[in-house]
Amino acid sequence: MAETFSVKKYLRDLRLPFCPGCGAFTVMDAFLRAVYELGYKDLSKFVFCSGIGCSSWIPSPYFMADSIHTLHGRSIPVATGVKLMRPDLNVVVFGGDGDIVGIGLSHFVHAARRNLDVLVIMVNNMVYGMTGGQVAPTTPFGAKTTTTPYGSFEYPLDAARLAVTAGANYVARWTTAHRNELKEAIKKALMLKGFRFIEAVSQCPTAFGRRVGFKNAAEMVRWFKENSIPLEQAEKLNEEDLTAKIIVGEFVQRQRPTLTETVYIKIKEAQKNGQN
Amino acid sequence: MEFVKPGVYFWQGSEACAEAAILAGCRFFAGYPITPATEIAEHLARRLPQVGGVAFQVEDELASIGAVVGASWAGAKAMTATSGPGFSLMQEGIGYAFMTETPCVIVDVQRAGPSTGQATKCGQGDVMQSRWGTHGDYAAVVLSPNSVEEMFTLTIRAFNLAEKYRTPVILLSDEVVAHMREKVIVPPLEELEIINRRKPKPGDKAFFGLEEVPPMPSVGDGFNVAVTGSTHDEYGIRFTADPLVHRRLVERLNEKIQNHVDEIADLERYNVEDCDIGLVAYGCTSRALYDVVEEAKAEGVMVGYVRLRTLWPFPEKAIKKLAEAAGKILVPEMNLRQIFYEVQRAAEGRAKVIPINKIGGGELITPEELLSKILEEAGRSG
Repeated sequence: MAETFSVKKYLRDLRLPFCPGCGAFTVMDAFLRAVYELGYKDLSKFVFCSGIGCSSWIPSPYFMADSIHTLHGRSIPVATGVKLMRPDLNVVVFGGDGDIVGIGLSHFVHAARRNLDVLVIMVNNMVYGMTGGQVAPTTPFGAKTTTTPYGSFEYPLDAARLAVTAGANYVARWTTAHRNELKEAIKKALMLKGFRFIEAVSQCPTAFGRRVGFKNAAEMVRWFKENSIPLEQAEKLNEEDLTAKIIVGEFVQRQRPTLTETVYIKIKEAQKNGQN
Repeated sequence: MEFVKPGVYFWQGSEACAEAAILAGCRFFAGYPITPATEIAEHLARRLPQVGGVAFQVEDELASIGAVVGASWAGAKAMTATSGPGFSLMQEGIGYAFMTETPCVIVDVQRAGPSTGQATKCGQGDVMQSRWGTHGDYAAVVLSPNSVEEMFTLTIRAFNLAEKYRTPVILLSDEVVAHMREKVIVPPLEELEIINRRKPKPGDKAFFGLEEVPPMPSVGDGFNVAVTGSTHDEYGIRFTADPLVHRRLVERLNEKIQNHVDEIADLERYNVEDCDIGLVAYGCTSRALYDVVEEAKAEGVMVGYVRLRTLWPFPEKAIKKLAEAAGKILVPEMNLRQIFYEVQRAAEGRAKVIPINKIGGGELITPEELLSKILEEAGRSG
């Protein structure tokens, strides 16, 4: 490639809102590099939908693209409406763990079940960061947050496995310590069809890390690296060995017919055979 | 066959609504089953694909309104239909549609609430919710059909107003009007007025201001539109702390409706300048007006009425006029006083405003009940 990659090509000239050390920078960078390496000169073939939370700010309004910044938890329904009426566009959803598998969980499961043609990138920082660090459906058992000052008494949700069970065509999980793997997964997902889900485990040094004993963002990322276990290896381990570990890799890749394909086949049939 | 042919039909209210939506250009419907609105979803599930549209059942009403907003930004005219509990769930999304200036139509087929209430029975208890259901300062546009024919005409009008003003429009129907069957005359397509949203010109950048109703691009059109429910400037860029940007945006969004009350607030008037007793009614309850006027006249009481086809924005001027002519205004409603207070406010003490309320079991306020109240207030009873 003759020209070199620059995120600026794809961004509006605005100051990014993230705290120093935030994992959102890494995810944004991975996504834009993936887009660049796939040969997209701009984002005109994309529509971005996001909800409420720090990572929902990754595309909106920073990407020089069409973006719909929706209500908390409702990015997937809005993406559903967009994709069904414009099947030609690449619809990508960005959101946090609270947005996608907390308040928006039902939409996530149903979109995967329907095999809706969207790519959902969930930045999992294990906490509600924007509101200052409250317990999330992904917070590790026992972790202290502002609403679990004595430690969380709930078990975290495995969003990647849930997406597989629900019917997604592609599911992968990486962390911000796996920049290249993350970028490659996004590239792959962008070339596939149907419901594609990428979970990017990410650091929130501001609202989470410092409360659970990390000095800074770098320490958190290092911890991710040291405690990530590839899926193939994890399958040979028992539950105890996997406590406080992050299972990374590609969870599924399949080619079920997608929602828009099926819907438009039915529309064609109805137009041909339909009677009023 | 695609569009319904011009002619005379014997339709259910829900069917008239669904067919009107298609003629108005609706090509996307998302909904969740709920009594007594399900028939609209069922009819569109069969009919929309025949005209190349998408009808989609989603997981809940939060998804219904979300998908409708998404489809609208994808360039489609979009609609959902629900009833009380589902309407409650949609309120946040309706506020989002208002703030992002997303044209769409929300049908609320009213049943008896609160909560699950009497799911199969008629009520008119969502009148204030349709005005004030979502949080923050906003202006609602709410239409109120009282016949199957108006389920047809007002559905088209709902889409037209939504497109013209770039705002969500609520068709506040009720169980009686949506379930009964009546004659509907479908005019030839070319006789229907259909309004489409104004699209931007190449190079346009301000899609959220500078004009009272800015042009609306679709995603994928190359305009790089940034849509957000947070306070934003005319270019869609968020300003979540600036008082001026917030004032400018929210005041414009309200004014674009309030400044056009005379055009939006449509009503039927009868004998308002020369009456002893005035009536203000809407929806199924207003069907009693026609008989009552004649029967009262036979008893020597001149009755005038304002029948509200638009509930919000509220037609204050018309009510004030009625109050000037009539000493007393009766307000029959199938709730425990909702529009009554608005009539009282608009009357500004010029007339005594008297509520007539009845709830439960879907029992309508009968013409006999209305007549006896009219005669009583006119001093003719007993």
